[in-house]
Amino acid sequence: MAYNIEVHHLRKDFGPNTVLKCIDLAVSPGDVVCIIGASGSGKSTLLRCINQLEQHTDGTILFHGVDIKTPGFRIAEYRARVGMVFQQFNLFYNMTALENCVVGQMKVLSRSRAQSEEKAKLYLDKVGMLPFSNAKPRQLSGGQKQRVAIARALCMDPEVLLFDEPTSALDPEMVGDVLEVMQELAKSGLTMLVVTHEMAFAKDVAHRVVFMDEGVIAEDDTPEVIFNNPTQQRTKEFLRRILRPKEPSA
Amino acid sequence: MPTTFFGWVSFLIERYGSLYLKGTANTILVAITGTIIGFAIGLLVAVVRTIPLRDEFGIVKKVMIKIARALLVIYIEVFRGTPMIVQAMVIFYGAQQYLGLDMPVTTAAIFIISINTGAYMAEIIRGGIISVDIGQTEGAHSLGMTHWQTMSNVVLPQAIRNIMPSIGNEFVINIKDSSVLNVISVFELFFTAKSAAGTYYKYFEAFFIAAVIYLMLTFTTTRILRYVEKKMDGPENYTMLPCLHADISVLAKRKPSLYSHKGKGGGN
Repeated sequence: MAYNIEVHHLRKDFGPNTVLKCIDLAVSPGDVVCIIGASGSGKSTLLRCINQLEQHTDGTILFHGVDIKTPGFRIAEYRARVGMVFQQFNLFYNMTALENCVVGQMKVLSRSRAQSEEKAKLYLDKVGMLPFSNAKPRQLSGGQKQRVAIARALCMDPEVLLFDEPTSALDPEMVGDVLEVMQELAKSGLTMLVVTHEMAFAKDVAHRVVFMDEGVIAEDDTPEVIFNNPTQQRTKEFLRRILRPKEPSA
Repeated sequence: MPTTFFGWVSFLIERYGSLYLKGTANTILVAITGTIIGFAIGLLVAVVRTIPLRDEFGIVKKVMIKIARALLVIYIEVFRGTPMIVQAMVIFYGAQQYLGLDMPVTTAAIFIISINTGAYMAEIIRGGIISVDIGQTEGAHSLGMTHWQTMSNVVLPQAIRNIMPSIGNEFVINIKDSSVLNVISVFELFFTAKSAAGTYYKYFEAFFIAAVIYLMLTFTTTRILRYVEKKMDGPENYTMLPCLHADISVLAKRKPSLYSHKGKGGGN
């Protein structure tokens, strides 16, 4: 079985704190993996290590079998193929929605402007943001920004897309729009690694759910097993806490 | 001979008007080129100083980066830590005596202002770079942009917008402080005023004219920079485009959502 991304014995320290202890994870093409867990369990750090926004302390990350810390490894090329969608969107404030989607294609993939704009418009349309092509990020709402951010990542034709809590900074009524876009992407066969607190999404869309607790992967299984029959006590406790009905009476 | 203050002022203007004009032109030339070159130096220094050290860089690259950083820190400390008037003397006469280099004074003036401004600009621009949210850099890196691409496309345009007021400050300071270059006989506004004053011992009147000209220059400069800032901010509003491929848009074919949340009515 060929994996896109393999993580072996990954450790990450921030000063004296060990945030990731010994992470092993492998992702195959087409996998949709949701990573769940309490805040502070290391989910985001794992994703950021995979994208090398954080440099891991120990262990290895392999991309198609090649250690990404090999001297001379082209980190920029790797990142272009492993895209990322952030909790805080991180759209470029000095550019319009369209330019946000164009700049990476032109600078990193050396595509022509016409080619880049065509692709940008296609994906902006897919996420329902084409009418806002000329808007600057400050003129958009959170949900709109996140959809542009997804379009921006897709424009690079990544083979893996990492989502770092993409709906956590959104107003509740915006969350649905973003999740629908993500569900469409999952159906299209894109490899996705999603850190999320949206349990319904993990249940319906993920092929695999990884439960992290205190810097280790406590359980890694199908959504059916994780949500209906978790083997670990801490998985049960986490799910009981998070799935407890908390809807206030209207 | 005139007897009143205004009489003397108009007398000096009449007599030395063309000299004042020439001095003013030189001041403008030296200040503008000095600030622009200084800005370019500062940009380069700040970008080099913010190159991140990554594990996968080879040892040679890491050492080079460290040496470059150390040299740039020395440059900044030396040129911020000594007065420009002293730098002018040291550089101008030093080049003459030990390098046999007899620079034209205007060239020397531009050179001195440029490297002096560069040292200040480097720190101003570094401050501007730091002020841009780290998420902007991470967003650019996540697309595969290199440090240079990230800087030139994403971070610097935002940083420069943020530091425009400080750049304006430097510009105004250079217009005024180019006056110290009279010590190496640069023919600028202060030098002109000194010459005009000397003949009739009318220092107050001669320098009063210089003061008014300096004020006009700096005032105009700040107005122009305010205008540039407004231009950089771009239009307040945007125009909506029509949806081209409405049929393939995920959100266009709205169906009851699986993930509807409270507020949208009907949870699941």
